[in-house]
Amino acid sequence: MKPVIDLNGLSVQFGEKQILKDLTAELRGRAIGLLGPNGAGKTTLIHTLLGFHPPSSGTAHIFGQEIMAGAEEIRAFIGYMPERDSFIAKMSCVHFVRLMAELSGLPSDAALERAHEALFYVGLGEARYRTLETYSLGMKQLAKLAQAIVHGPKLIILDEPTNGLDPPTRLRMIRLIREIRDGHQAHILISSHLLRDVEECCEEILILKEGRIATYCNLEEERKANRKFLEMETRGDSRAFVEAIGRMGCEYALTNERRVKLVLQNGVEIRDLYKLAAEQKVQIRRLNYKRDSLEDIFLKAMENENGGL
Amino acid sequence: MAVYEHTYKQYAGEVTPRWSRFLILPRHSYRSIFQSKFFIAYFIFCLAWPLVCSVLIYLHHNTEALAVMELAVRRLVPVDAEFFQNFVVYQGMAAFGLTLLVGPPLISRDQTNNALPLYLSRPFSRAEYVLGKMSVLLILLSLITWIPGLLLFLFQSYLEGWAWFAQNIRIAGAIFLGSWIWILLLALMSLAISSWVKWRMAASAALIGVFFIPSAFAEVINRIFYTRWGDLISLRALIGAAWAGLFGTFVRQAGRIRSFNPRRTLFVDLFQPPLWSAWLMLFAICAVCLLLLYRKVRAYEVVN
Repeated sequence: MKPVIDLNGLSVQFGEKQILKDLTAELRGRAIGLLGPNGAGKTTLIHTLLGFHPPSSGTAHIFGQEIMAGAEEIRAFIGYMPERDSFIAKMSCVHFVRLMAELSGLPSDAALERAHEALFYVGLGEARYRTLETYSLGMKQLAKLAQAIVHGPKLIILDEPTNGLDPPTRLRMIRLIREIRDGHQAHILISSHLLRDVEECCEEILILKEGRIATYCNLEEERKANRKFLEMETRGDSRAFVEAIGRMGCEYALTNERRVKLVLQNGVEIRDLYKLAAEQKVQIRRLNYKRDSLEDIFLKAMENENGGL
Repeated sequence: MAVYEHTYKQYAGEVTPRWSRFLILPRHSYRSIFQSKFFIAYFIFCLAWPLVCSVLIYLHHNTEALAVMELAVRRLVPVDAEFFQNFVVYQGMAAFGLTLLVGPPLISRDQTNNALPLYLSRPFSRAEYVLGKMSVLLILLSLITWIPGLLLFLFQSYLEGWAWFAQNIRIAGAIFLGSWIWILLLALMSLAISSWVKWRMAASAALIGVFFIPSAFAEVINRIFYTRWGDLISLRALIGAAWAGLFGTFVRQAGRIRSFNPRRTLFVDLFQPPLWSAWLMLFAICAVCLLLLYRKVRAYEVVN
């Protein structure tokens, strides 16, 4: 399968300043997170993928299409939600989304039908005849999402989709993104500096720092790998319990009388631990998967380069 | 897919041909433009002069009507090249007014609202965007310039006969080409200004300024240096010369003035700049407008 985004030594320069430096990565996930501190080059990368800025060297492919040579074809299957407030003045929302659909090549009738659908889908169905100037910030973000998905793109690029949203609207936005991801109809590229949002939606992460790739990480694989690491809090004879765990082939460490850390071996399931605890008359009060959070990964990536944020 | 399904689905239907997509912009623009009653009133006013001209042409060929009105044919304005040139001039002025109403917000509104990335992230190029925005003006201005002009020409030909049509076919070409040059110039100038000046009122003022201020300077230059070469910076004079050239009424000698010499009377013949220089200047203005549009119509500006 062709990668969704394939970066081959991509560099972008504005005047004397190099913004993106030799980016090389293959991104294949359903939902890809683009992380980095402000000024890391996330938005420039998106703009370059959309063909707004020409690369100074290297190239990139989206679904196998070269971004400059195939810019028009690429834009036909991309939906883009810009970071800043972007709309067309003096238009009702449904008219605006319809215009965007028509510009993507949909015939007028189909565009109108899909504009209604997209607005109902994002939750603006009742407000679709209002002009965009009267919308709140959250509604404008949802309208931007509607125009990005109205033509049913294969790749949806969302630049800071949850910026400035109140908690309920943020949750709605996250839910929509996850629904689209889980529907397996489109890939999503989310640029954000809000780690929680990216962690909730994405399975693959590219962290940029000062125009370079600081870390690439497949969260899904990371999660699977970390599934084996467990932390438990117990009551009862913990020593006999952990020895019994050891006999099952698992590595363990008793940090104090009540706290056990262990690595599950293949074939050992959580229910086996509960069975063992019952046999040993030990209560498992708390059990956690212990894995690195995205925050840990992000901070590590930031420290790797020059020792701090 | 029905609205109630509420699921994300890719679009699998047919798509419109690429070449026709620029026409989406005028179609959507007219919806808001024709909501203004003032605009509709002005647009109807712009069609008044063609109506008057058609009545004049009709009267030329209707002796009964002339008799009722107690008019002689010779008292009416003759229907010749000058008649149609005047028609183009008057409709050109009306076109300028229409451009002032429609042109300035065309791009500036999109730039104020950061809409350009939305257009240009789709299979829609910068050239198509400019062409689409230009079409808003080109179609509207055509409706009040060359289209009624050619209809009048055909009306006159119908009443006068085939021989008149064959003899004066140049007039039809002049109406068509002369109107197109003017509406192209107006569209390009208003779009270029609209792309650089975000505030609508300022853009309208700039458009008026571009038209009238160089004309005033041109007159000053002409008066001081006893010449007509100042006309090269006057849009009014340039387009006037181009129209006169097309209708075959262009005369280089523009007059004779007396020099302020106290010892002897000295007359200076004034010659208009040659026609080619007027055309060259018009093309240069169009090229500058295109360059301004090329610089400004971008999804994002890179600020140094």
